[in-house]
Amino acid sequence: MSASPTLPQPRGPLSEAVQRRLIGLPTATSTWPPIPEDPFGDDAQLGLWMLYELHYRGFADVPDVLEWDPELLSLRAALEAPFEETLRRLAAPYVTDALAGSEDLVEQVQSVVEAVEVAPLAAYLQRHATREQVLHFLAERSVYHLKESDPHSFVLPRIDGRAKVALAELQYDEYGAGRPDRLHARLYADALAAAGLRTGYAAYVDQVGAETLAVNNVMSLFGLHRRLRGAALGHLAAFESTSSMPCRRIAAGAERVGLPPAVAAYFDEHVEADAVHEQVAVRDICGSLVAAQPELREDVLLGVAACLLLDARAAERMLADWAHDDETERAS
Amino acid sequence: MTVEAYAHDGTPVETEPCGDGPVLVRHADVVVTEDGVAHEATRPVVAVCTCERSQRMPWCDSTHKAVRRR
Repeated sequence: MSASPTLPQPRGPLSEAVQRRLIGLPTATSTWPPIPEDPFGDDAQLGLWMLYELHYRGFADVPDVLEWDPELLSLRAALEAPFEETLRRLAAPYVTDALAGSEDLVEQVQSVVEAVEVAPLAAYLQRHATREQVLHFLAERSVYHLKESDPHSFVLPRIDGRAKVALAELQYDEYGAGRPDRLHARLYADALAAAGLRTGYAAYVDQVGAETLAVNNVMSLFGLHRRLRGAALGHLAAFESTSSMPCRRIAAGAERVGLPPAVAAYFDEHVEADAVHEQVAVRDICGSLVAAQPELREDVLLGVAACLLLDARAAERMLADWAHDDETERAS
Repeated sequence: MTVEAYAHDGTPVETEPCGDGPVLVRHADVVVTEDGVAHEATRPVVAVCTCERSQRMPWCDSTHKAVRRR
């Protein structure tokens, strides 16, 4: 069992107030600072991320009991509301189009997947990225992959029947199919270690952008609220549906820049695994869920769109950072 | 492509076709391809390629999506 992570550096008044409260320092005022205006910004996303982490591994020097602290939970709710509202607004056109185009859930999911424009991150990693840029990508993704699949496990007790069986089947594979050395989070830690990066849980959180924090937070938002179980599983379906082919490209990129085999091995494992998981997630999990509870159809599609839109933003941010690196390089 | 699969303990395998994608196979220990070669199935559920373009035959690697979009 790895040690609990340390708290990240605050990124504004709100995340600073959260951090002070977590470590038991007196705060300047009795109330929280105002909720940041930009729900996707650094301060709001880091505040949310810290509050969500109390439900996963917690932090060193933060009492475990704060997971259910009423003041922290009400602050979390105040941060979640504009985040969810914005996601619903951005996802709405995709959901509407998908519902208008077909009555079949599999086709509806596919139509959202095809409609959301993806930044060519995997293609860039495959062909152009420098070794440093591949390492940056690995560090950025470590915030999620070191707790890979955990957010979706929160949904298991909230569903039943065929959807539950299929989710358990998918998670069993993610969790190593009975072999601790095949736990996907462990494979990722092995890849980080081989690449000379730090393997501690959340070790790179201070270096990642707000976009990557949002990618992580949306999974916790959907996973921790029973009312959003449809969105959580739609998110899973979108994630798995857009993983297999990019993973093949990323594995090739890792080999091209000469990183040790453990790095390509992690992504290589996901080419085949996620080709299976895509079908299981879309058909057996989401399909069965919506067949049993038709009122969850729109939330499933919300989850699909939210996953892809946030992934696209994170990918665009990384590509923009690297384009800037390249310009600086040329100018020097 | 026909899929022949079996479990060592005789558990009946279940198959689930996925549109123009693969066939999901559950409870199988071995998948036998048309050339008679037996492939060990190491996952709780495996996806067997039907478009015959996979670079990891007999397993699906999502290449059917690229084929479909052409």
